[in-house]
Amino acid sequence: MFTLLGISSQALFGQLLIGLINGAFYAILSLGLALIFGLLNIINFTHGAQYMMGAFVAWLLLSYAGLGYWAALLIAPIVVGVTGIVVERLFLRRLYQLDHLYGLLLTFGLALILEGVFRQMFGVSGLPYQIPAELSDGYNLGFMFLPKYRAWIILISLVVCIATWLLIEKTKLGSYLRAATENPALVRAFGINVPLMITLTYGFGVALAAFAGVLAAPIYQVSPIMGSNLIIVVFAVVVIGGMGSILGSVVTGFALGLIEGLTKVFYPEASSTAIFIIMAIVLLIKPAGLFGRRA
Amino acid sequence: MIASRPVWIALLVAAALAAPFAVYPIFLMKALCFALFACAFNLLLGYVGLLSFGHAAYFGFAAYITGYTAKAWGWPPEVALVAGGAAAAGLGLVFGGLAIRRQGIYFAMITLALAQMLYFFCVQAPFTHGEDGIQAIPRGRLFGLIELGDSLAMYYFVLAVFGAGFLLIQRTIHSPFGQVLKAIRENESRAISLGYRVDRYKLAAFVLSAALSGLAGALMTLVFQFATLNNVHWHLSGEVVLMTLLGGVGTMLGPVVGAFLVAAIQQYLAQLGAWVTIVQGAIFVVCVLLFRRGIVGEIVARLRWLRAGKGK
Repeated sequence: MFTLLGISSQALFGQLLIGLINGAFYAILSLGLALIFGLLNIINFTHGAQYMMGAFVAWLLLSYAGLGYWAALLIAPIVVGVTGIVVERLFLRRLYQLDHLYGLLLTFGLALILEGVFRQMFGVSGLPYQIPAELSDGYNLGFMFLPKYRAWIILISLVVCIATWLLIEKTKLGSYLRAATENPALVRAFGINVPLMITLTYGFGVALAAFAGVLAAPIYQVSPIMGSNLIIVVFAVVVIGGMGSILGSVVTGFALGLIEGLTKVFYPEASSTAIFIIMAIVLLIKPAGLFGRRA
Repeated sequence: MIASRPVWIALLVAAALAAPFAVYPIFLMKALCFALFACAFNLLLGYVGLLSFGHAAYFGFAAYITGYTAKAWGWPPEVALVAGGAAAAGLGLVFGGLAIRRQGIYFAMITLALAQMLYFFCVQAPFTHGEDGIQAIPRGRLFGLIELGDSLAMYYFVLAVFGAGFLLIQRTIHSPFGQVLKAIRENESRAISLGYRVDRYKLAAFVLSAALSGLAGALMTLVFQFATLNNVHWHLSGEVVLMTLLGGVGTMLGPVVGAFLVAAIQQYLAQLGAWVTIVQGAIFVVCVLLFRRGIVGEIVARLRWLRAGKGK
């Protein structure tokens, strides 16, 4: 243990760790938003609600089916992803010819419905979810105590982000996806089923959100309102990073989480506003975002 | 048309004057404040094509300023109201200046994020009293003459302010300035190539909209005599979008109709808790999928269609 500027290493690294974990959620969620926006041209306001649904599916699986964390980590994204596919087929599909803003409004409406339904069924107080037994203790690193579960979140979210990046940048499927983002009509003319790709991309982006929700379930309370506040911060992250680059959204997400953690140590009053202030500064200096291209 | 335009206007004014004798005045005042708010919002969405998703910031911030100046400093209601509107205009200048640096979907996200920043500021700032809010705000005497504690007097005051705001928006839209705004909505790059400084027009419209939204929030504070975090929450930002969308984007009367409907939903479903949210979400979905012109927009389109049919 040591101290720095009157702050103990335990407090400093503890907050940095929390910052990194928040950053992991920002990264996964903004990655999903960027994927969906790239192909569908829709800002998915339901993303926060779908993250919340992921946590709830994990909780329901444990409470009613006796299926634990590891099963939930696999099942919840699939279940929520399928609901996403239904939403895309039923609703979003009708909006592609219209102004982007209608997509935002529709998904906002869906988010309200989902949040309301879960509030009606489970209340707002939040439900506890146990950390899986395998990850319940931690390591003493000398300068700080590292709970295993938190280390796991950072590790697995990095893996997911890198795997997604590889999938999109290095595989054949990914090259179709990038091509369809640039020019859907042309890709379709080559005989590739673009509408199906759009549907699956939406499902995949939504599944990512649900995956983050399951990861979050043991450290935050499972609550209907857990998504709506997070999604607004993620919007700011997306504005800062720009949605042009997959790697860009991941890096921005983690970096902003860290910065937020640091403000919590040195100037806690600003910790909830730090990301928004950074957004304002980025807009002044580089309006297109750090990794964005000027439209 | 069955009757001419002045007749309709006279009927509407008469109905507005007689309304508090038939309907609960507090409800009417709330709906009128929402109506002014929605009209101010519609000035941006309907006539400049800018979707601000954080309009509660201006409404709620003005509510706090009016509440604070009226209670702590004992300012008379008309001065506190102007202070609230001016504070909202200042805030709109800063937030609008940042947000207009990006277009379309990003503009919506930026306004939402900035509004959330203000929300967190209001949670922490001492003068807002956090979760408790500012309570027991005096309505005071208007111009030192009229006691606003009387709800009938308060109603007519709210009606007058709403009328003034409505006329100002009407005037703005039909002015040369408003024509340029519509040109920007239709084709921004064309407007730029014609030599208009588009950013300045957008910012001016944004500040005007923020100021009028602030005026609506300030009025609401005087009506209910408290200012709380609900007024700066993103939920309210969504509700003002809903009022405008439901009533009819880009129509003068649409936001007013939408505001009365949303206020009624809040009033009658309030006991059912989360159902308000569910119903509002469902209205969003239905409006976007089936009903994009809104109620007033649909009626206007039907009337035009009928008239065109008769002309043949």
